[in-house]
Amino acid sequence: MEKEKTTIFDKIWDFFASVRLTIVVFIALASTSIIGTIVEQRAEPATNIKLLAKFFGDSTAPTVYNIFVKLGFMDMYHSWWFVSLLILFSVNLIICSIERLPKTWRLVKMPLRPLNENVIKTLPVKKEMSIKTSLNTAKDEVLKSLSSYRYHVLAESAEENAVQLYSQKGGYTRLGLYVVHLSIILIFIGAIIGARFGFNGYLNLPEGMSASYAFLRTEPLSQAEQAEREQMLDIMESSQGDVSLTAKNLGITQDILDAKFKKYGIKPLGFTIICNWFNTEYYSQTDMPQEFQSELVIIENDREVLKKVIEVNHPLTYKGITFYQSSYGMVPNAVGTFVLKVRSTTGAEETLNLKFGQSFMIPGTNTRGTIVDFSPALARDPNTGKLITYSENMVNPAVGIEFDSPNAGRFTGWILKRYPETGVLPDGSQIKFLDYWGVEYTGLQVSRDPGVWFIYVASVIMAIGLYVAFFMSHKKLWIILRPETSGEKVSVRITVGGSASKNRLAFEREIERILSKASRTIEGLRPVGRE
Amino acid sequence: MSSSTFFNISAGAYILGMVVYISYIAFRNKNIGIAATSLTIFGFVSQSIAFIIRWVNSYHFWLASRPESTFIESLLRAAPLRNLYESLVFFVWSLILVHLIMEFKYKNRSLGAFVTPVAALALLFIDVSGTAKEIQPLIPALQSNWLLFHVLLSFLGYAAFGVSFGAAVAYIIMVTETKTEKTYIFWSIIVGIFLIVLIAMGIDFLSLTAVERKELIQNYFLKATFRSSSGGIVAVSWVASIAFIFVIWRYGLGLKKILASLSITTNMLEEIEYKGIAIGFPLFTIGGLIMGAIWANSAWGRYWSWDPKETWSLITCFVYALYLHARFVSGWRGKRVAILAITGFITVIFTYLGVNLVLSGLHAYGGT
Repeated sequence: MEKEKTTIFDKIWDFFASVRLTIVVFIALASTSIIGTIVEQRAEPATNIKLLAKFFGDSTAPTVYNIFVKLGFMDMYHSWWFVSLLILFSVNLIICSIERLPKTWRLVKMPLRPLNENVIKTLPVKKEMSIKTSLNTAKDEVLKSLSSYRYHVLAESAEENAVQLYSQKGGYTRLGLYVVHLSIILIFIGAIIGARFGFNGYLNLPEGMSASYAFLRTEPLSQAEQAEREQMLDIMESSQGDVSLTAKNLGITQDILDAKFKKYGIKPLGFTIICNWFNTEYYSQTDMPQEFQSELVIIENDREVLKKVIEVNHPLTYKGITFYQSSYGMVPNAVGTFVLKVRSTTGAEETLNLKFGQSFMIPGTNTRGTIVDFSPALARDPNTGKLITYSENMVNPAVGIEFDSPNAGRFTGWILKRYPETGVLPDGSQIKFLDYWGVEYTGLQVSRDPGVWFIYVASVIMAIGLYVAFFMSHKKLWIILRPETSGEKVSVRITVGGSASKNRLAFEREIERILSKASRTIEGLRPVGRE
Repeated sequence: MSSSTFFNISAGAYILGMVVYISYIAFRNKNIGIAATSLTIFGFVSQSIAFIIRWVNSYHFWLASRPESTFIESLLRAAPLRNLYESLVFFVWSLILVHLIMEFKYKNRSLGAFVTPVAALALLFIDVSGTAKEIQPLIPALQSNWLLFHVLLSFLGYAAFGVSFGAAVAYIIMVTETKTEKTYIFWSIIVGIFLIVLIAMGIDFLSLTAVERKELIQNYFLKATFRSSSGGIVAVSWVASIAFIFVIWRYGLGLKKILASLSITTNMLEEIEYKGIAIGFPLFTIGGLIMGAIWANSAWGRYWSWDPKETWSLITCFVYALYLHARFVSGWRGKRVAILAITGFITVIFTYLGVNLVLSGLHAYGGT
């Protein structure tokens, strides 16, 4: 009975330790991953039904769609079978590494033994040369040359009429691939930590508004649920983001509140975030965005604790939660404030915050301006010559102002934010259109990932491991020095044999350099004219 | 002279080089071989100059819009690796670089006949795509120090995989004996598809007006043949393609004879096939996957979002990891690993171009 148990265990172990499994898992992961790049993940059903209709026809597409949903294809990288494949992959990787590490370790630690000259001559890398010198000089110089290439000759053996030197280096490079495997496991651990303790949400924050929560992805909510969610968010705002106060104001326990938060995809931040403004900078004369920027302020305990302008690639992090600039857009039906900077000819400046229809006086003059029109993207139609609004987004905002001046009478002009020269009036005073504030929202990606440091460390480890595994090798070499005499002349025959775990050509060149260095020194040592 | 002049010179030199490499294989004259190498080196130097000029120009372009940038920052933002055009140009440069290194290392010119067509295909693709050859402003998402290193290493990796692919195809051609062998059919189809796409893109190029070429490549890619609005043309394209593959299958053994008569050995091809992967795999994993993930984390807040580009890079890594494990642990050799090396490069092409042309995702700027 006892024996049978071990066999079952052995069988399971052998199953996971087999490279055939590795190959099957690689093929399975690679081929199934393709599905998720074709079928749009976590998308609206209509998107994918439309895609499927192209392949299966309109009538069968919904059926195929339902089958795909059952198979988890619509969110396949999180489906039970894909996750199982990843688990299988890691178990296989760990057990294979455990299985093979002792063998590799023995190769690393194995002391080198002297070899028979005939064996040396059969090694993959070999080299022979003869130098006119004494055995001792040759030995000293070869040793010096070897150590300058960081081959430490720990052992030499004297044979009849010959000396054998042998050395190895880079044995530890055989461990490089285990380092790579380790880093993959670290990445998995980091990913699990992130999935378990982190979150990934979003927040669309209009200019001038604040929030003490972020949204997570949820199942579609019913209308009643949506209403309750709105109400909860309002009460949470009035409780200044304090979760226990929110529960109290709602008259429910905190556990129930937490459950509701979870259901409605609300993630309390523990502080309040305000968007002061959002701005898109454009490359001059084009509609190509150069930078998206939002000024964010963090409020905690009624105090401003942090203020930062974020850009794409430059997020803000507070208490482990990071806010990324990810999108932007217009707030539906929003009424904003026109921010104008007015400068008279005398140099008097004034910044004005105005609503639509409001009037203002240009300082030092009797000219009155009234805001009468606005376009988020003003352009002149090249065919008709008429002014048109070519986008709903604030690509090229312009404000229409009606002026009433005792000298010039009434006239209307468009002032464009991106073209300050449009704001120069006939009398030389200037109006700068700074912003139509409060109508845009900044789209923030909000996330916390405590596992990301694992990922960073694992990345460095993986890079080192890959470098060692692919660009360094374990090299062994044996050198036999045999004195030869032919008549009067005394010379030493040097026979080198070696092997490298990879990159044999580079090893060959290294041996050539070692020998030529030794022989050059020997040639230099020889007294001139002795020949 | 301008950057594009130097680039056109280099493109001409490469395409001429391809012809000369192929005639070297056919005539086996040493002087022809030297001419092929010289042309390629000349093209490479010319392209390097073009690359530097473009970098300098886009450095000034960047400074014009962001005068407050530091020297290093401007240099990094100005690296001409920002869109499909620039990346294809850099791919050609990397491919030729890796090829020249291999040629000098293995002292064998014949591989040029297999690598230069890949470069020619990329060059033709550049011309057909015709998109955004002028220096463009850098969109916000790409304004990161990671851009240069991420793209640089990924593309050196792609190029190494490309050389490995060339060697693997040559290897498969040399080791197949009869027309009924599965591997023989496999290579004749692969080489056939490769050449058909090349020809179809040539037809695109000839049949399209300059205006149409200004559109996104997705809109006109293979529009003159397989994706034509006329059903007749589509049918003819398919029939012609099948006939073409048949011709390659019928006369393909001749190629084997030519290769066998050269100083190419299957051992050498196997080694180049492996070397390309041994260089490409770490470069691509570090530069493409790792750096890409770190950059994604700082730009999008997630180091991995299963975006199609990311997923296809991972698939590429899986295929090459499979190659390495099959070869070193399971002891696979010969045809089986060569087929993996070819499959690997097909995933590379899809990672690089297919994702941008066919699928959508966060990496969409690679397609314009």
